[in-house]
Amino acid sequence: MNKRFSWFNATSLTLGFAFLYLPILILIIYSFNESKLVTVWAGFSTKWYGVLLHDQAYLDAVKITLKVAVVSSTVATILGTMAAWVLVRAGRFPGRTLFSGMIYAPLVVPDVITGLSLLLLFIAMGLDRGVGTIILAHTTFSMCYVSVVVSSRLVSFDMSLEEAALDLGCSPFDAFRSVTLPIIAPAVISGWLLSFTLSLDDLVISSFASGPSATTLPMKIFSQVRLGLNPEVNALSTIMIAIVTIGVVTSSVLTKRASVRRQRQEQAALAQG
Amino acid sequence: MNLRRLLLISVPYAWLLLLFLVPFGIVLKISLSDQALAIPPYTPTFDLAAGWQGFVDFLSKLDFENYSWLTQDDLYWKAYLSSLQIAALSTVLTLLVGYPIAYGMANAPTEWRPTLMMLVILPFWTSFLIRVYAWIGILGQNGYLNQLLLWTGVIDEPLVMLNTPFAVYIGIVYTYLPFMVLPIYATLEKLDHDLLEAAEDLGCSRFQAFWLVTVPLSKPGIIAGSFLVFIPAVGEFVIPSLLGGSRTLMIGKVLWDEFFSNRDWPTASAVAVLLLLILIVPIVLFQRHQQKMQELDA
Amino acid sequence: MNSTPAVATDVFAPWEDPGATPLIRFDHVTKRFGSFTAIDDLSLDIYEREFFALLGPSGCGKTTLMRMLAGFETPTEGLITLGGQDLAGVPPNRRPVNMMFQSYALFPHLTVADNIAFGLKRSDMAKSEIAGRVDEMLALVQLSKFASRKPHQISGGQRQRVALARALAKAPKLLLLDEPLAALDKKLREETQFELMDIQEKLGTTFVIVTHDQEEAMTVASRVAVMDHGRLVQVATPEVIYEQPNSRYVADFIGDVNLIEGRVLECTGGKCRISWAEGVDPVTAIASETLNKGDSCCIAVRPEKLAISAQRPPDAVNALSGKVLDIGYLGNISTYHVGMPGGRVLKVQVANHNRLARRPFTWDDEVWISFTETAAVVLTS
Repeated sequence: MNKRFSWFNATSLTLGFAFLYLPILILIIYSFNESKLVTVWAGFSTKWYGVLLHDQAYLDAVKITLKVAVVSSTVATILGTMAAWVLVRAGRFPGRTLFSGMIYAPLVVPDVITGLSLLLLFIAMGLDRGVGTIILAHTTFSMCYVSVVVSSRLVSFDMSLEEAALDLGCSPFDAFRSVTLPIIAPAVISGWLLSFTLSLDDLVISSFASGPSATTLPMKIFSQVRLGLNPEVNALSTIMIAIVTIGVVTSSVLTKRASVRRQRQEQAALAQG
Repeated sequence: MNLRRLLLISVPYAWLLLLFLVPFGIVLKISLSDQALAIPPYTPTFDLAAGWQGFVDFLSKLDFENYSWLTQDDLYWKAYLSSLQIAALSTVLTLLVGYPIAYGMANAPTEWRPTLMMLVILPFWTSFLIRVYAWIGILGQNGYLNQLLLWTGVIDEPLVMLNTPFAVYIGIVYTYLPFMVLPIYATLEKLDHDLLEAAEDLGCSRFQAFWLVTVPLSKPGIIAGSFLVFIPAVGEFVIPSLLGGSRTLMIGKVLWDEFFSNRDWPTASAVAVLLLLILIVPIVLFQRHQQKMQELDA
Repeated sequence: MNSTPAVATDVFAPWEDPGATPLIRFDHVTKRFGSFTAIDDLSLDIYEREFFALLGPSGCGKTTLMRMLAGFETPTEGLITLGGQDLAGVPPNRRPVNMMFQSYALFPHLTVADNIAFGLKRSDMAKSEIAGRVDEMLALVQLSKFASRKPHQISGGQRQRVALARALAKAPKLLLLDEPLAALDKKLREETQFELMDIQEKLGTTFVIVTHDQEEAMTVASRVAVMDHGRLVQVATPEVIYEQPNSRYVADFIGDVNLIEGRVLECTGGKCRISWAEGVDPVTAIASETLNKGDSCCIAVRPEKLAISAQRPPDAVNALSGKVLDIGYLGNISTYHVGMPGGRVLKVQVANHNRLARRPFTWDDEVWISFTETAAVVLTS
């Protein structure tokens, strides 16, 4: 219906996206600044990338962060998918309301409270705080996000497909595994990606859950940034932004291509029809 | 089958009980305890060996002292009030910035919409911390904004923007903008164009049609977006601690300092419990709103 | 477009009166969307109190024509006037025209009463009068009991009536109805058609209805404009459109018809003899214009105007013999498909006056089909 942008819409979108992207753009530009003073341009240089890549503290933090993110998002995806099944399919069972409350609550409870409560738990249990406790903490909030994403897909799932599988001789478990799971796989994958990103991003909960032995990347960045601007952080930010942008753009291009291909195939099938 | 079902239910259930509900119990308990110079730094500690009598003793030693402390020291209630106020004002600001963007997206040519949508979501995938950090460079004394304003001659003296509530507002609007834009966009995109033509046909000007039809019909999106910004903003920690400076009082930061700097676990726990109690109202309202919308959709 | 009227002219027929001034005049209107021409140099007059139907398949331009009246589209060329006033540059909210949308476009956040009051609140009407007017409209469409319901709490038929009441509330000079009954089921649609006619008669408002449903157009309209590819093919009363279509397109679009291609043998006094197949008697039919020998033409004859019999009716002007191929029993009527020499199939409709105990004809019976010379129309375009 709308073939063109109206004057008003073009303006509001331009201003809006300028607000969203200019700060990031400035950050990227100044990561190539020669000067140690981040806000004073002193010529183009990639030296801060070099400094960053030789900074062992950062490299260690990256390692820990990735380890935490991969393990916690994988476990969270499994637990979250189970929880989604419980929410949508398991029917009534004692404590169902409590269960769904516990799924949705972590999404809205402030990080400082979640972090504090987990820390107190780990102390009460006598656990040594470190990578392990961060993983436990991340898995807990991530599984809630996964189960929300997956359950919204499960709700719209056409039950007759699963019934057809049952009719053709599958056990309920087989039907879920061989029919439902492949169809909801995109939701499961986006749940994993969401968990992974949240884990990479988390500062507050990690700070509470970790001990002196484990510093994640956001914790490291935070401790630097607290003291003010830092050219190494600019360089690091640029790298992280580049990775995310490439990832998101690629995946959306792939999704679009897949949907175009699918449309073409459907049209071709109709034409044969 | 039944064994499998039991297993499927009990594993995530047990996980959440242990790592979500039990910790809250502990927070609640410690908030009723007294601070002590010990490890862990509070009394009483629950002694299993003392049995029932120990449990009764333990209960009798709990009190609401920390809560009355919170009401007496004006730092805390000022922090709560200021958190609520900052969150409320930034929610309004986010709405004012976000609505035109959502409106522009919903009225953009159809083939543009997925791209615009991706552009709104993309910052959400990049690090929150980095997005807040980016504003330190912009708002600082020698920051890019001051450089620009001085250079264009709008001001003669650099403005103090960093470490003020103003910077916190900017930080919240900036980082939470997608949460406002997306739900509003979702309602605007569903809006039936016929309704606007009907309004014009019945005598409305374009602007009246927008005000009388578009705005009321996008209310669900506005409400959802506002909750999605307001609720996390109240307990926000990173933004006030990086952009707000010592003059901006927010409860998330108070809790953090109480715990890490003062090592006052009982007070920190009491702060947390009270914060949660305050947030329960908007959380429940939000939940109700979402449920109502789902029922309307169905 | 100047068809002779088939009915007496003492009834409402301002288009017959050369002195009458039209309410709406389209004067050589063209509308293009990019390279696509939606309306192609169209001129049309619509008179006050008319119930005028724009009929055609989707994409014929009827909706564009209506949207130009409402003010949502502006003509690329030409002039549209309403009561003598040029409508160019008048925005939709300032036109004395209201529209009933195909989707009804009821505001979901407002009650039935507030929907009806919506336009009144934007008008000069005093606040104190609005409530009375809303009640009046609610009574008109028999929805007084539902005033405080929201649109999602009433049925489809009720929504349709709210949309009608809302569009009529401001007493527009002209009401536009865009496929107003398309969303209703058949039975409700038929009832509503008569209600629409009653309301139109009661109020005397000029109605312009857009529809692709020829039965609906025939039922409600005082005149029907049949459109194709942005042009008017025929504008006439439903009777004329049905009995005297001016083209194959109109004959085929309205109702069922047998179209037989042929060649003129002779044509005198409006009566033409037309041959249509080798070794078969030619048929005689009335033509509205004089045709020359050898002209190719088309005979259009409605299935219900054909008679079917076992013997050749002795006094029949046109009689053709054939074989029954198919029989469709529809309750009130039966349709016979009769195969002619040369492979042509004619459709014949016979009313079932008596309870059908035994079919008079069955498959493969040899039968005669006959019709009078006024039953068929000769078409050249």
